[in-house]
Amino acid sequence: MSVILILLLASLGVALFFLAAFIWSIRSGQMDDDYSPSRRILFDDAPTEDLNKKPTVL
Amino acid sequence: MNTRSQTQCFHCGEPCTGHTTRLGDKIFCCAGCRSVYSILDNSGLCAYYRFNPNAGNTLASPVKKDKYDFLTDPKIEQQLLNYRDDSGTQASFYIPQIHCSSCLYLLENLHRVNAGVISCNINFPKKQATIHFNHHELPLNELVALLAALGYEPYISLSDLDKKKPPAAKKILYQLGVAGFCFGNIMLLSFPEYLGLQGDDPLLKDAFHYIALVLALPVLLFSAQPFFMAAWKSIRQGLFSIDVPVALAIALTFGRSVYELYAGTSGGYFDSMTGIVFFMLAGRVLQQKTYRALSFERDYTAYFPVSVTRISNGEASPVSLPGVKVNDTLRIHHGELIAADGILTRGKAMIDYSFVTGESMPVTKEMGEIVYAGGRQTGSSIEILTIKEVAQSYLTALWDKSAPGKKEMPEKDLVNVLNRYFSGIVLLLAVGGAAYWSFYDTYRSWNVLTTVLIVACPCALLLSSSFTNANIMRILARNKLYLRNAATIEKIAATDHIIFDKTGTLTGSGQQALQFIGAPLSQKNRHLVAALAAQSLHPLSKAIALHLGADDRYQVKGFAEEPGKGIEGFVNGELVQLGAPPVSVQQAVTTHGTQVHVSVENRYLGYFNFHQHFRDSLEGMLNGLFNRFRLSVLSGDTGHEEPKLHKIFKHQAKLLFRQQPHDKMNYIRQLQESGERVMMIGDGLNDAAALQQADTGIAVSEGNHYFTPASDAILDAESLKLLPRFIALCKANSRIILASFVLSLLYNIAGLYFALQGILMPLAAAILMPASSLSILLLTYGSSSLVARKLRLSGMDTGNGLRD
Repeated sequence: MSVILILLLASLGVALFFLAAFIWSIRSGQMDDDYSPSRRILFDDAPTEDLNKKPTVL
Repeated sequence: MNTRSQTQCFHCGEPCTGHTTRLGDKIFCCAGCRSVYSILDNSGLCAYYRFNPNAGNTLASPVKKDKYDFLTDPKIEQQLLNYRDDSGTQASFYIPQIHCSSCLYLLENLHRVNAGVISCNINFPKKQATIHFNHHELPLNELVALLAALGYEPYISLSDLDKKKPPAAKKILYQLGVAGFCFGNIMLLSFPEYLGLQGDDPLLKDAFHYIALVLALPVLLFSAQPFFMAAWKSIRQGLFSIDVPVALAIALTFGRSVYELYAGTSGGYFDSMTGIVFFMLAGRVLQQKTYRALSFERDYTAYFPVSVTRISNGEASPVSLPGVKVNDTLRIHHGELIAADGILTRGKAMIDYSFVTGESMPVTKEMGEIVYAGGRQTGSSIEILTIKEVAQSYLTALWDKSAPGKKEMPEKDLVNVLNRYFSGIVLLLAVGGAAYWSFYDTYRSWNVLTTVLIVACPCALLLSSSFTNANIMRILARNKLYLRNAATIEKIAATDHIIFDKTGTLTGSGQQALQFIGAPLSQKNRHLVAALAAQSLHPLSKAIALHLGADDRYQVKGFAEEPGKGIEGFVNGELVQLGAPPVSVQQAVTTHGTQVHVSVENRYLGYFNFHQHFRDSLEGMLNGLFNRFRLSVLSGDTGHEEPKLHKIFKHQAKLLFRQQPHDKMNYIRQLQESGERVMMIGDGLNDAAALQQADTGIAVSEGNHYFTPASDAILDAESLKLLPRFIALCKANSRIILASFVLSLLYNIAGLYFALQGILMPLAAAILMPASSLSILLLTYGSSSLVARKLRLSGMDTGNGLRD
């Protein structure tokens, strides 16, 4: 039953990782602007000049 | 024959009246819009229009070519830059015209318009553009000119020069994150206890408890800092603010939990402790976010242009405003604001003092006369000899003047009442109850002490008012009424008497309705007059040109503008004169407002009479105000609009004309002395003292550039018609808070009933506390949104994008 302790610590570790990610995201200014990112992803890229290039196959 | 077409400009969406230009199959209202379109087209950025049709900002008033030359001065430049090295420069600009995703698209693709731009990043809520550019290819002044040419002229003001950065609000986000993390994990750890499962393994139990302790430490030491510091500060002042019981509850719960852990009696109450901290922080973050979105406290200095041209030894050079000294000679161009009091030394001054007196008719000044700051020069450039620096100018004095004997608004804030009594009572109850029980059962007395402090948490009351205020302020801001702070909501709700300024508030600025008095002009004459009027930048001429629809076909030679008299020129060989009445008719005409007389080839044809155009929405708005408020109109203008105003206000308002700024202030003071609560709605610097004197001062703005400091709220001119609904919403605010007050009081009484008997477990208290907070939160948030919806005020989340 004491294996639960290890699981607990592991889950805490994972959660800590996410907390660190959260803090990092605030630090790098991601929380400053919550309007633009939602629009930005919908913008199209500039059309590529080289039409001879074959499109990459996923 | 009406040749006006009602098509919309493809770029900015303004109606194209008469004079239109085309490019391909697209119609534009002016050359400016057309040039922006062609820039975008050539750079392959026409997706701009796909995101939002007609997204462009209208460029009807072209930017002067050397307007940004002052940015070549390295000293001024230095103050605007963030960073510079050999490869590039980074600068940030405030661009108020950013309003939708198309603006975002265009500006972030600026590098495709000009190769000198390396990258551009937009912070939408702050309307800030951070541009990284190569200053060798594209110097700062050309970059700014490029932005202006696209319709996104950055607003550069003195406050930028002072580099006053708003305080970083990041710390509270960290605290919130940590609190949430710890709270969630502690609750997880406490699950077995919630379900009443008694494990056999004591080691595991201890392990869980100690992990909870470890998790609670960062919350106590880091996340709970705001409360401890606030409580400490208030105790030092001899007051018991609301933060005191909160801080005590947190500290006591923690202390008791540690003790019980150590004594082995229970697992401690870390979940309740971290829960308190988490919920209270969440409320504060929400309020802060709302507040930050309204960048309000614009310095007074932000109204003046940031630099002026100084003449020294015959050389003209730009100088930033604080550098202007007495006896400096300044050159003021057409359209520029006069930045300091001075004596006119060269040129004919025609100054538009509409911001000071309300009259848009330019005031003529001769050489040697004193010219006061705050007006705008219209006409050719003038030179003035500075006699008083900005800090002492007439306008600053007007603004700085706090009316003698102004009474402070009594602090009716519910929260502050709580500050003084609630905490004290709670503490008394806690200590008293604990003392009572200590004679019978020590265990119980500890219970009483901590649970009373936890359960009787006024944080629900505090939260409800913060959340409701924040939500209401957010809804109002969506509808373009920006409040300075939450206290303004109550001030608005308490209004008895509403005072309107006339010029700019009741009338739309710029849009002046005119009619021609005289035999109707022939088609040819209309074109002649329009062509001449289009040559001048005088506001009356511009209005005439707009009205008649000038086009390019007519050549104007020998154009001369005599400020105060009018303009003349030869249009297609015929002499056309516009302006003051010729001597022959001067006696016959009575001055009834603004008039521009027309003569062609020395034949008098009649005159244009300008009626100031009252906003269409006035009637609807006033219908919501009659019988509920007393109304007045104060105007600095002459009384020639009195009958019209009486009709609009259905004789239910008091109208006063020729009011100087101090007259308005005195009128308000008289009303206040008779016990009325006054709301003043006006604009411009001349109303600044009156706005401050009134209990609520609302500044009406038609563009983002001209903030009036010391007003309590800014209202966009388009939203003026919503005024009755705004007031209703604010009134609902106090009702909602009262309702949640009552509800949380019931919670408290019920909780205290059990807590004082010592039979309430801290765990139950801890669950009850966030549960009550949450329910009250939902109640307040929900009802304020509901009220807004009922009043048909848009509360929909469109970000800050108005046209999305």
